[in-house]
Amino acid sequence: MARSMRRVAVVGAGLSLFMRRALETGKELSYYAASQALQSAGLRRQDVQAVVMASGPDAFDGVHMKGEYLSDGAGGWRKPYLRAYVGGGSGVFSIISGWSLVASGLFDVVLVVAEEKMSPTQPHPQAAFISIFDHTIERPLGPNLLWIFALEQNRYMHAYGIRNEEIALVSVKNKRNALDHPAAQIAAELTPEQVLASEVVAWPVHRLMVSPVSDGAAAIVLAAEEVAKRITAQPVWVEGVGWALDTSYWGNRDLAYPRYVEDAARMAYKMAGITEPRRQIHVAEPYDPFAYKELHHLEGLLLADRGKAPEDLARGRFNRDGELPSCPSGGLLGVGNPIAAAGLMKICELFWQLRGEAGKRQVHNNPKRGLAQAWGDLMQIGTVVVVGV
Amino acid sequence: MARERRSARRPAAKVSRLRKKTAKVPPQQAPGPIEPVVRDGLRGTPLRDAHVQGGMVSLERWEPKLEYRWDTGVAIGRFLEGLREGKILGVRCDRCHRTVTPPRAFCEWCFKPMDAWVELADAGTINTFSICFITWDMQPLEVPQIPAVIEIDGTSPRVGFLHLIGALRAHTVDGIRKEIRVGQRVRAVWKPAAERTGAITDILHFTPA
Repeated sequence: MARSMRRVAVVGAGLSLFMRRALETGKELSYYAASQALQSAGLRRQDVQAVVMASGPDAFDGVHMKGEYLSDGAGGWRKPYLRAYVGGGSGVFSIISGWSLVASGLFDVVLVVAEEKMSPTQPHPQAAFISIFDHTIERPLGPNLLWIFALEQNRYMHAYGIRNEEIALVSVKNKRNALDHPAAQIAAELTPEQVLASEVVAWPVHRLMVSPVSDGAAAIVLAAEEVAKRITAQPVWVEGVGWALDTSYWGNRDLAYPRYVEDAARMAYKMAGITEPRRQIHVAEPYDPFAYKELHHLEGLLLADRGKAPEDLARGRFNRDGELPSCPSGGLLGVGNPIAAAGLMKICELFWQLRGEAGKRQVHNNPKRGLAQAWGDLMQIGTVVVVGV
Repeated sequence: MARERRSARRPAAKVSRLRKKTAKVPPQQAPGPIEPVVRDGLRGTPLRDAHVQGGMVSLERWEPKLEYRWDTGVAIGRFLEGLREGKILGVRCDRCHRTVTPPRAFCEWCFKPMDAWVELADAGTINTFSICFITWDMQPLEVPQIPAVIEIDGTSPRVGFLHLIGALRAHTVDGIRKEIRVGQRVRAVWKPAAERTGAITDILHFTPA
């Protein structure tokens, strides 16, 4: 990595509540999160030199150029402004985009905001995803987004002999963790039997293995080293970033293992000087839009052996008091999944965890370094950020 | 997006052939007032369905009508011509030695033109499948769709494409899982030649061989 890059820290974080349907517009939700992030850093909008905004498909809102529409709520008025958009990976990609603006020396203080308002799409936001499928050879088959996840989960289970009971434990853990999150939309105390008793939406996926439809926003403030040290006594440093895309011919790759997540993780680990991720990462927020995805991603991140993440989960390794707490926030399955905002919520969680400010959610291993990861685009991107104190 | 259902004609037609369950309507609950909530400093005003259905929120509606005419492209166009003739075509790259389908004009690994067209068998192996009880716009299905990634014979390992499994006896998860599994050999069931239009749906579905 180029030596000329500057150190960058997260110095503030904010969220709105995550809700199935919010009265607020996307701009208003963005304002809640952005103003709270600024307030937590003791900054005003005038102190921000540039704004990065992340939001998912324009089709959810029926608003083309959604990033520009949201700009006022993100604090972007008369500032250099940039939308980061890589589908579900957008939330984690937004901090990577903001980091590059500060690390390059272009700006000292950048506000990063992520928003999603999925509720406008009728009859259901899933319908907006029809247009991610190839218009000639996939759409005529009547595909839906659940297919992708269900097909991948079945391949993952088949490749390693994993049972659905083991995957249901992800929903149990994350929905329970979310009971302690003030933004949470669908926190619950459940048993694996209850997860498997929920209806099959697309076997092997049951309803309680799927993250909900959500409205919400998240924001962070990034600052260059010298500025960060003036703003806070507890900066959370961005130590490594990585992202990579696999082919858009998603049926032409190994569905049991996310190689592109490994590529992204290796890039971030190299930058962060991490040689033994399982010892050097103390808290993780992998992307969990579906229950199996958290396990799939932990393996791609090299934080578990291939096909062995379910065993690690069952023996408590990923609990808040475990060796590697995973999704202590409650994740997308518990807090909710306003898509871009859910990814940045994971960065907010690491910010609070590494500063010892996570309250009832605080993990027990006194973490010094954390990792967040998201997934998206056309089922093909991994985005990874490593932060530390 | 309501109109997209009409403009995206093929999926709508496909779905209409499948029996739909009547959507369950949850009993109306008293929604209570619409109030801003603050939890640990986090703000929002959650709405319930009853607030929306009960007219307690002002709404603006829009039903776009969108129409597109997509060019199939050089490679997929030839693939579709093959389907019309009852053939599944692939392409080969002589640098990475992969044979892939769906066909593409260039190898995305080697970033050079593909070297040859290859006629593949109209049979293959199930790489993975699902049993889906939901339509693309989240309407429930009584008779599930069974999407699968199928590795077509003659392609390189783990090169599959998306299609449907059909003509099974069972309609339940347990029953269907007795008829098909990952690794199952399947063959294409074609539309009668006179009805083929040069579309992916010229293959009606794949079925156990």
